[in-house]
Amino acid sequence: MATAALDTHDAGHAGHGEHAHYTTTGLEHRKIAIWALIGSECMLFASLISTYLVYKGRSKVGPWPHDWGCKTSNVIGKTAEAVQAAGCAAADVMKPILDIPVTSQSTFVLLMSSLAMVLALEGVENAGKAGYDKWYKGSKFWLAMTAVMGATFLGYQSYEFTSFVHEGLTIDTNLFGSSFFTLTGFHGTHVAVGVLWLMTLLFIDMKRGLKGKTDVLLVDICALYWHFVDVVWIAIFTLIYLIQ
Amino acid sequence: MATTAAPAPAYAAAHAAGEQTGLWSWLATVDHKRIGTLYLWTALGFLFVGGIEAFIMRLQLMQPNGQVVSAELYNQLFTMHGTTMIFLVVMPLSAAFFNYLIPLQIGARDVAFPRLNAFSYWVYLFGGLFMTIPIFFNAAPDGGWFGYAPLTTLQFSAGLHIDFWVLGLQILGVSSLAAAFNFITTIINMRAPGMTLMRMPIFTWMSFVVQFLLVLAFPAITIALFFLQFDRFFGTQFYEIAAGADPLLWQHLFWVFGHPEVYILILPAFGLASEILPTFSQKPLFGYNVMVYSGIMIGFLGFGVWAHHMFAVGMGATADTIFSMATMLIGIPTGVKIFNWIATMWGGNLRFTVAMKFAIALVALFTIGGISGVMHSSPPTDLQQTDTYFIVAHFHYVLFGGSIMGIMGGIYHYYPKITGRYMSEKLGNWHFWLFFIGMNMTFFPMHFSGMLGMPRRIYTYDVGQGWETFNLWSTIGVFFQAAGLLIFAWNFLKSRKSGERAPNDAWGAGTLEWSIPSPPPEYNFAQLPVVTSRYPLWDLKHPERTADIAHSAPDQMTITDSHAVPMHEETERKSAKDLGIPMPFPTIKPLFAALFMVIMVGGLVFIHAATLQVALAVMISAAALFIGTVYGWLTSPLE
Repeated sequence: MATAALDTHDAGHAGHGEHAHYTTTGLEHRKIAIWALIGSECMLFASLISTYLVYKGRSKVGPWPHDWGCKTSNVIGKTAEAVQAAGCAAADVMKPILDIPVTSQSTFVLLMSSLAMVLALEGVENAGKAGYDKWYKGSKFWLAMTAVMGATFLGYQSYEFTSFVHEGLTIDTNLFGSSFFTLTGFHGTHVAVGVLWLMTLLFIDMKRGLKGKTDVLLVDICALYWHFVDVVWIAIFTLIYLIQ
Repeated sequence: MATTAAPAPAYAAAHAAGEQTGLWSWLATVDHKRIGTLYLWTALGFLFVGGIEAFIMRLQLMQPNGQVVSAELYNQLFTMHGTTMIFLVVMPLSAAFFNYLIPLQIGARDVAFPRLNAFSYWVYLFGGLFMTIPIFFNAAPDGGWFGYAPLTTLQFSAGLHIDFWVLGLQILGVSSLAAAFNFITTIINMRAPGMTLMRMPIFTWMSFVVQFLLVLAFPAITIALFFLQFDRFFGTQFYEIAAGADPLLWQHLFWVFGHPEVYILILPAFGLASEILPTFSQKPLFGYNVMVYSGIMIGFLGFGVWAHHMFAVGMGATADTIFSMATMLIGIPTGVKIFNWIATMWGGNLRFTVAMKFAIALVALFTIGGISGVMHSSPPTDLQQTDTYFIVAHFHYVLFGGSIMGIMGGIYHYYPKITGRYMSEKLGNWHFWLFFIGMNMTFFPMHFSGMLGMPRRIYTYDVGQGWETFNLWSTIGVFFQAAGLLIFAWNFLKSRKSGERAPNDAWGAGTLEWSIPSPPPEYNFAQLPVVTSRYPLWDLKHPERTADIAHSAPDQMTITDSHAVPMHEETERKSAKDLGIPMPFPTIKPLFAALFMVIMVGGLVFIHAATLQVALAVMISAAALFIGTVYGWLTSPLE
């Protein structure tokens, strides 16, 4: 959250100034605030996903998410042959836009990043303990892995967006384009913010090492956000890609 | 209850020791009380702006074929009147009380994130100016406060008007959301020992519900606005009917936000009335638990009634029936509140202060507005009334008669706490009666002009439709209200210096905020209080009033090093430093972060006002400055 400090001086004077830092629940303020933020984000994505679903099948022109189409007419079919049989020239046939195998790979990478995030948090929680000094148990390695996997997902998404544009689908082509790019773009932006957040944590970890209660919280709120972004992707992948 | 009540000092010192004064101390403040005061002043300033807009509209409608303003300017006036009163007046006035009162009522020294709090205020100020200033250049928003798309798409609303509206609301949304996260955390996590949820003052409870409404309702309008923004600036087709778009998409998204918004506007006023009525009835609030549950119920049901704003669009019998029933249902918890307020006054030893009069007016006038609201819940009735002045009468009874009356009562009630001086009761009575009479004179005839078929949002009308008398009365009433508002302004300004000095407990109230000096020191509570019941002050001063309420013994509390219910009446005015209380440092960074964020978002208008290159240059430089400021903010220690 906005008052998250990068320095140890600021974040939660555990142990002194007990009056000023008494909290009713015993939790840190930022932990509660991040949950409130996540609640709000749920409604944000619910609005985006509902709009996508309401507009599904309402586009007047192709390309279509799951069906074959035609550049010169509004013919729709389950196969290229069906479209051609309905009178579309072979050169004008449009492929279904969504590439489920490719997106399944990026989905897998993103889901695995949540695992890495859990291990990063475990690394910070156990920093300095026996066995956690090994590079593959430490927070630096797993924070970096999480960020790399997030960045890989973003790479897949840029590849996906670029190839869609090449196939003739942009944000102003049809309702599918508008709602698809806006929805996945919002999610991608959230992933990008998460990657920057992770890189900031990694930077602090490299600089002074993350350990102790305050730093656990610092990583914990980032982890909550990161898992949320992953969960949203599961919903998007299921509703937009898998269900035809 | 170990301490005994000491007699209140004749007056409190004007300033606590070590307190900063001057312009800089306000620009860089992170103190929730000062931020609350800033909200109060700014929102009252916007109240005058919105009031002048209404005044001009009523002059235009005073007689048939009025010539005061053009149709184009009239569109801007009614749009900005609604937008201003909702987003720049009632919500921020509520925010002023959230800021000032929540920490005091729960026994905390500040909000959870003081700097984020300052950021919320500055975003509100700059966002409000961003939306308001264009009216001087004939470029103010003109699509109604609800901005129905596709009417507001580029095709039907060219020019910058709607751009200012879309971007302005996005900016204000940031302010509201940031504040809501802050207050949720504050209320959950900063309650004094013993301040259980069911001991919180009702104002804090209603505010708590409102924060959840904000957090859950604002994303819907944010997305609706993003779609509109993308349509207008980047050529998407969300509201492009020719491309197959659903003409109701905007309406659904807007009202999913818009109806909870109604409760966002009214619940804080309900909370204030629930503080004022027990104080001046000199007995505890009747049915505290039920008041809490009905507030939660209103918030919950508020998400299930949005489509009653859309009965006229033809959603079909099933949807109409469901939303009609849900709307009737929400009348129940609201009615429960009305009866509880009446029962609070029943048998009480009533003191008719100005604040009390405003609170009673809320109960009466909101009931009228609430009943006409239940009338609209029936789709066939609603079809006769929708888009007529009957609706205008209805929502002014709930928003003026409810929200504004409650907030005005709150201002008279809490002014002594904020400034250390009472407002003049004599002038206050003039204000109240002018408001009460003027308000009814303006809005009651609108029921009739509406029933006679006068549509909303028309800039003029012809003779011979039977609307003349009612419109004349409505306009005469506005003169009463204007006079009342001017008297209020005079009273508000003058009493700061010459009002009668107020003791800590200005009205004999029972909640924590009245246990500390007026105005409170920067740290609020020299020692965190330990709370053992709902009315800690009455436990000390009037134990007979709270005999029926559950109490817990102080030794059951987890914190051991605090006094039970500290009375500050004998506390010297020491600075936080003297007492060793860590306070957050003042910082200007939230102001600059807000300024750069507003320029970054608002810079998008340059796509239409100038060129894409100009817009990109403005937005990218503002974004860079914003990120730099936020970096500086996050890396500087809080206290």
